[in-house]
Amino acid sequence: MKASAGGYARAESVGHALDLLAGSDGQGRVLAGGQSLIAAMNMRLSFGDLLVDISKLSELSGVVVEGDTLRIGALTRHAQVGADPLAKTHAPLLTDAVSHIAHAAIRNRGTIGGALAHADPAAEFPACALALGSTIHAEGPGGARDIPAEDFFEDVFTTALNEDEILTAISLPVAEEDEVQILEEVARRSGDYALVGLCLVKRTAGHRVSLFSVGPKPILAVGAMAALDAGDLDTALDALSAEIDPPSDTQASAAYRRHLAGVLLSRAVARLKGDTA
Amino acid sequence: MTEMFRDKVDVSLTVNGEPVEARVPAGQHMIDFLRLELGLTGAHASCEHGVCGACTIRVDGDAVRGCLMLAAQADGAEVWTIEGLTDTNAISDLQDAFVARNALQCGYCTPGMLVAAEELLSKGDLPSRAEIREHLSGNYCRCTGYEAIIDAVESVAQGRAGKGKA
Ligand SMILES: Cc1cc2nc3c(=O)[nH]c(=O)nc-3n(C[C@H](O)[C@H](O)[C@H](O)COP(=O)(O)OP(=O)(O)OC[C@H]3O[C@@H](n4cnc5c(N)ncnc54)[C@H](O)[C@@H]3O)c2cc1C
Ligand code: FES
Ligand code: FES
Repeated sequence: MKASAGGYARAESVGHALDLLAGSDGQGRVLAGGQSLIAAMNMRLSFGDLLVDISKLSELSGVVVEGDTLRIGALTRHAQVGADPLAKTHAPLLTDAVSHIAHAAIRNRGTIGGALAHADPAAEFPACALALGSTIHAEGPGGARDIPAEDFFEDVFTTALNEDEILTAISLPVAEEDEVQILEEVARRSGDYALVGLCLVKRTAGHRVSLFSVGPKPILAVGAMAALDAGDLDTALDALSAEIDPPSDTQASAAYRRHLAGVLLSRAVARLKGDTA
Repeated sequence: MTEMFRDKVDVSLTVNGEPVEARVPAGQHMIDFLRLELGLTGAHASCEHGVCGACTIRVDGDAVRGCLMLAAQADGAEVWTIEGLTDTNAISDLQDAFVARNALQCGYCTPGMLVAAEELLSKGDLPSRAEIREHLSGNYCRCTGYEAIIDAVESVAQGRAGKGKA
């Protein structure tokens, strides 16, 4: 099928992009890497949009360390995140995640901001953002705003971003000296969206566990986290099973997803022990 | 204010080394632009949602999905398709290996497969078969069963590494 766009404008700056969105009568749609949006347009799941192309805004791209914080610009492409030495040192979970996202050619254009704003419940980066305790940065007509990842993801493809806002960056605390970050997922084929995925972060403050592809949005498994802090994997597995409500679809049944979630937690904890022993 | 948006967009780019100026519909993707406007029918539009890889082309040095990039976004870009890569002999060893190893039958997937494979080979390391398979995991082939394609790419990787040492 062929895409239908209501119109196109190339943003010259973040301010210009915000003006374009404000002037679009609610029809505006940010175009970043296009790896989800153009696919949806080609399938006519999305049509008549007034496209605000931000892909040339180099000020929204790149990885920097500011004090104890790693900041990644929204337009940093998956392949750049995957190859970035600062990301590898300070947020190895993201480096790992990239190797699970789609295929090389898609990683060459897809952006981290696009993945977060798109909020596919099966996507890796949103769950990483939760596990790492990240902050999402946005700009809108009223100025800049910081949104904790825990408040950002609301539902399937739905976030706390307003229609007239642009996601500008994500920031997260740099990993502690002996912090461990582990990503586990099961997909049918390399590059497919996960049937279930799990992130496990262990830092001084305790364990953080997030899951993706187990419901309408990525979740923090707080019950499992508390049990892991107490050193009790069996209780963590029970808690995890109780705090997710995965869907059945053509890819996997709810029961299979629930089972996989437990398997992934056990695997991640085994790796944790291996790493820290 | 919606007049700030255009339904036809002016772009100026290079395709296979030649400058191109065009006015493109806002929603047109690169593959339709290359095929319908420029007559470059090597890259194929198949699934048009990023799954099959038949549309893989090189844009600013990266292998990308031509169906997931708008022609309007190509302003200032350097685009290479299989036609240009063939004419410049940039990948003739890889093309010869595909023929020698029976790595194509109908040839539908081949232009995309070659662009994707060349991206891996151009990194200069000697990739394992698993790495080759992984790099090409986003390119479907309905004919060959992939094994011959892996053979061809592996033989070129070894050939180029051997030459580098000599
Ligand atoms: C075949 C295929 C397989 C894939 N597999 C995976 C996978 O396994 N895991 C995974 O995580 N992803 C996968 N993806 C999706 C890919 O990661 C996308 O790149 C990502 O979801 C969207 O990023 P983008 O930059 O391409 O955004 P776009 O497609 O440009 O935009 C997506 C949405 O986000 C909005 N948006 C984008 N950027 C911003 C911003 N800065 N501010 C406000 N709104 C914004 C857009 O308006 C749009 O609604 C796959 C895609 C394809 C085609
Ligand atoms: S046509 Fe682009 S990936 Fe299938
Ligand atoms: S040779 Fe026919 S699809 Fe690959």
